[in-house]
Amino acid sequence: MKEYVELSTLQVSTAASLILVNAVISLALRLRLERSLLIASVRTILQLLLIGLVLHWVFQVEEIVVVISLLAIMTGIAGYTAFTRTSHAYAGMLLDSMVAVWASSWFVLAFAMVAVLQGARSWHDPQYAIPLLGMILGNTLNGITLGLAGVLEGFRSGRDQVETLLTLGATRWEAAREVIQKALTTAMTPIINSMMVVGIVSLPGMMTGQLLSGVEPIQAVKYQIVIMFLIASATALGSVGVVLLAYRRLFSRQHQFRYDAIQSRK
Amino acid sequence: MSSDSPLLEARGIGRRQRDGSSWLIHDVSIMVGEGDQIAVRGPTGSGKTVALRSLAMLDAIDAGEIRWRDRTLTADEIPTYRSQVIYLTQRARLFGGTVEENLQRPFSLAVHRHQGFSRERIASFLERLDRDERFLTLDSEHLSGGEMQIVALLRAIQLDPTILLLDEPTASLDAETTQQIERLVMGWMSEGQGRHAFVWVTHDVLQANRIANRQLECRGGRVLEAESIR
Repeated sequence: MKEYVELSTLQVSTAASLILVNAVISLALRLRLERSLLIASVRTILQLLLIGLVLHWVFQVEEIVVVISLLAIMTGIAGYTAFTRTSHAYAGMLLDSMVAVWASSWFVLAFAMVAVLQGARSWHDPQYAIPLLGMILGNTLNGITLGLAGVLEGFRSGRDQVETLLTLGATRWEAAREVIQKALTTAMTPIINSMMVVGIVSLPGMMTGQLLSGVEPIQAVKYQIVIMFLIASATALGSVGVVLLAYRRLFSRQHQFRYDAIQSRK
Repeated sequence: MSSDSPLLEARGIGRRQRDGSSWLIHDVSIMVGEGDQIAVRGPTGSGKTVALRSLAMLDAIDAGEIRWRDRTLTADEIPTYRSQVIYLTQRARLFGGTVEENLQRPFSLAVHRHQGFSRERIASFLERLDRDERFLTLDSEHLSGGEMQIVALLRAIQLDPTILLLDEPTASLDAETTQQIERLVMGWMSEGQGRHAFVWVTHDVLQANRIANRQLECRGGRVLEAESIR
């Protein structure tokens, strides 16, 4: 590994002074963003320092309980965030969101730690487990939100079609299938798109980070390829999972569509 | 003329409001036998639609039971039941595409896959309405309300149901289309040679007298047998 410039506090402060650019623009054009800029800057610094301290500690103690707890907190926040982002909801959606995030991301993480990264010191090595899960979650969260929003919107606007099919003798699956397919296509499109253009239009953050810290480009690229496939599979699992869980809640075993269960969030 | 063993029987069914506060329909008992031509009348909001949807098992009921040919159905039997007891909404709901595509769509469902779409059969229905097969090529989005209702009715009748549950099918239609709808339903009744039956919700006394051999009244979530006009 090549050397990298170790940053001092002074160097970081130098970079932080660039916020003055934003401040000047805001003042000159009277955007009234000074307050927000100040808060955003302080939050950026505090939040990152905090997670830095946490990671520093977790990497040092390397205690399995500590690592698992941190992974669990990350997953819980992702599941909750995915849940909050839709305009409509149904009773039990938070649980469905959690189950989908949890099952998909941890399955893929386990696969990565055990089957792919055999050189790691242990299956719970925080140096790998935490960043990998972070990247997986960031993307599955989007897939789950898109999947949920897609079925909720699809079942709302497609209510007549769903009910008409049911009146003609459709099973609940036959009545719901079109909406489900559409929601899943929507949920999986972003990751497919980013796989299409990765390396051409965008240099992924992780790869950039590795390059900065002196990792050999081919190695960095290999890591990125692994990541892309982890993300793609976790997104697929997560969105399929949450969409099917939503379907089970919105259709009874008696092949009835519980349209009323979909409530607007005010 | 209901025979001794009814086709469809609702025993004291009830459905509550979503928040559970009050009953939308309460203690409703209806028997539908072969050959029954039932008209249901009653003021708006008296629970007619709720009752009809419950009979089609489209909504979960909170009390009572619904029996089909003298037994309760398991969850898995409900799609087959709904292919036999078809509910039609007041405002017809069509799929996108042409009239013909609308009529073909049900045959993609597992329950109807054993039978196929028959253009000839549809053509013979259309003939009775003085329409030709060009009607089939029309885009469903460009149909009038009456034409949509005709398509919805044909879509149901071609599946050979035993009972039709008609929720004010002619409420917003002109006299001529109303007559066509009635003719279609009556034609389907006589094709059944006494095995078919319908429950027809209507506001129109004259229509009720024209089509029905039994009349029910819906009031405040209850359904009562009106004076028999058989």
